[in-house]
Amino acid sequence: MLDAAWIIPLLPALSFVAILFFGKKLPRGGAEIGITTVAVSFALSCVTAVQWFSHVDDAQGGAEGLGAIGRSMLGAAEGHGAVVEPVVHSVTWFQSGAMKFGVGIQIDGLAVMMLFVVTLISLLVHIYSTAYMKDDVRFTYYYAALSLFTASMLLLVVSDNTLQLLVGWELVGLCSFMLIGHWWEEGANASAALKAFLTTRTGDIGLMIGIIITFFAAGTFNIVGINEYALSSGADHTLMLVGASCLLMGIIGKSGQFPLHTWLPDAMAGPTPVSALIHAATMVVAGVYLGARLYGVFWNGFTIGSGGFNAMAIIGAITIIIGAALAFVQDDIKKVLAYSTISQLGYMVMGLGVGAWVGAVFHLFTHAFFKALLFLGAGSVSHSGSHHSFDMKKDMGGLRRHMPVTFWTFIIGSAALAGILPLAGFWSKDEILATANQGDFEVFAAVGLIGAFLTAAYMTRCVYLTFLGTYRGHGKPHESPKAITVPLVVLAGFSVVAGLANAAPLGIEKFKDYIEPSFAFPPVTVPEFDYGLAAASFFIVVLAIGAAGFFWFRREELHALRGLTERNASARVGYRFLVNKYYLDDLYEGVIVAGIKGPIAQASYWVNQYVIDAAVRGVGKGARLVASGIYTVDQEAVDGTYNAIARETGASGGLLRRTQTGRLQWYALVLFAAVGLFSLALVIAR
Amino acid sequence: MILNQFLILSAFLFCVGMYGVLARRNAVLVLMSVELMLNAVNLNFIAFSARLQDVSGQVFALFVITIAAAEVGVGLAIVLLIYRNFASPDLDAVDQLRG
Repeated sequence: MLDAAWIIPLLPALSFVAILFFGKKLPRGGAEIGITTVAVSFALSCVTAVQWFSHVDDAQGGAEGLGAIGRSMLGAAEGHGAVVEPVVHSVTWFQSGAMKFGVGIQIDGLAVMMLFVVTLISLLVHIYSTAYMKDDVRFTYYYAALSLFTASMLLLVVSDNTLQLLVGWELVGLCSFMLIGHWWEEGANASAALKAFLTTRTGDIGLMIGIIITFFAAGTFNIVGINEYALSSGADHTLMLVGASCLLMGIIGKSGQFPLHTWLPDAMAGPTPVSALIHAATMVVAGVYLGARLYGVFWNGFTIGSGGFNAMAIIGAITIIIGAALAFVQDDIKKVLAYSTISQLGYMVMGLGVGAWVGAVFHLFTHAFFKALLFLGAGSVSHSGSHHSFDMKKDMGGLRRHMPVTFWTFIIGSAALAGILPLAGFWSKDEILATANQGDFEVFAAVGLIGAFLTAAYMTRCVYLTFLGTYRGHGKPHESPKAITVPLVVLAGFSVVAGLANAAPLGIEKFKDYIEPSFAFPPVTVPEFDYGLAAASFFIVVLAIGAAGFFWFRREELHALRGLTERNASARVGYRFLVNKYYLDDLYEGVIVAGIKGPIAQASYWVNQYVIDAAVRGVGKGARLVASGIYTVDQEAVDGTYNAIARETGASGGLLRRTQTGRLQWYALVLFAAVGLFSLALVIAR
Repeated sequence: MILNQFLILSAFLFCVGMYGVLARRNAVLVLMSVELMLNAVNLNFIAFSARLQDVSGQVFALFVITIAAAEVGVGLAIVLLIYRNFASPDLDAVDQLRG
């Protein structure tokens, strides 16, 4: 299966075609095709993962068999175990000169982890959607798009070269566009889809330039080759810095980092299962995945090994704080989760920036489960509890009694997100913070702790507004059907146990053993488990939940805080600043877009009219003069000659045509006359 | 054996055939005149063959007879089509290729 992993993305691709052509004719509108193929892909991904684990075990077992000397040499080079190369298979896609462009698969720990996450969550979302999207006008189309998305994401994950990765990257962007705008009848949804597409495209410009730079630097598109080059002693540091900065732009666009994060909250216009799959668990982490894949380039470019500050960590840190702060002022439950996603993606990018490769990838893994769980929970609430509304203040509250399964799974997801021991988020967040703390990045560890405080607080607010208090909606809330609750329970289970995959104090370090590459990979430091830091972060989380809970439960008695935004000018300014999302949208639309539309457009119009047009007109006039001279020669001399020839030909033809009577016997007469004349000439000549 | 008599007969037949080809209007008669010319040529071949004691002249005559049979087959088919299209076997009517 390691060699045949290309089947995993192929299956959903076939499913996409099948649903498109036959979906509407099937009793379940094509959903059965999608669910079956994704389930098979999931099973194959599990097989691939298990085979990869035994592959690593074999390689390391073999190394131990070499004896003490060999092991100590290998151990000194890599820190742990033997070098396990990724399984790479590729075929030539096209050839240009001597340069071959391949298409292929690269299976290693990171890839099998992503395969597992993508197929599992895609499968659960497929099942969930049968209930959530029931009776939708474009049900079949929706499933086709889901299949295409799954195929594209898997293509991105298994690709062994940056070109193929770019293809998958753009395809998932396209699917995101299609699915955000699924209900395009409302103008706002169509605009949100367009905004998401164009904003991520802005980052993609950087990605493309980055791919080109790394190609010319390393002379190959192969990911392993690029990493090997970036980590070799002959690598050009300046080139790597520029390349890494450009690639970082792609990450910023795709993974919703500051300052291009504004598309992600708007992307919540799509159906909720889509938000769970694409805008929480899989597509938005493509940027983080890219960072983890080409880690050698970032390691060299940003000199991550030497500590201090670098662009990647700073961007991540800013994103953690601004995303978390914005989550406080949202009334829409999905937007709270969207800003939370932005903030958590900030953790991952910061993790990559501070050398916490394992931490970042581990956080990607755990975050996928609990954030998909929270989104699907929010969808369940809107489906059965709040009459298709997402407004927490107007239509929710007190749903705890009506929707017990949704409530408890949501609580688990929130606790995992906040980082409560021993749920998933605690372990992965702590891994990042510990690495930052021990690797000369103390500032970023502090930012991470502040982010943890904010995360716990806004999730408390969200849970309170949605499930506690009194019901403020107008519908009849009830529990959701099985197709919705079963995926919730499965994801809740993963949110509880996923963190144990790499729980250092318990002696389990599967991510370090199996997921972290040992070939063409920088010497990242894997931290000792820091009990002090872990205790501090846990204390901060509990404190935040306590403070937020106190505020929300005892709100009525807190006169000093009630109406604070009405009475206190600076609090009002701060609130408005957050409600308006730091005015970033206004900056983009008002200043940049209007700037382009207004003065810049005017200026370019003027330049166009008076400079470029004048030049063009001058050239045009000169060309016309020359042309009219040539025209005269052409008309008089050249054409005259040919006309004369034609005229003479016509005249002689007119004479000769009289011989062509069309009568057979006339031709026979000419024939015989000619033969007779020639015979006569022959006789006379003799 | 006197060669001249054969040659005169042959020339006469050839001239009759040529006249038929050039002057008759009926397509069938034109075709028959062509046969007459071919047979005049055959007569010439055989006369010289006998005179020169060379059998190849007779072989040629046999070939000409064979070709003539094929030619009559094709020719009659053409005549038939002309008749169908113009409702007469008159060759003067067939002048669509006039320049």
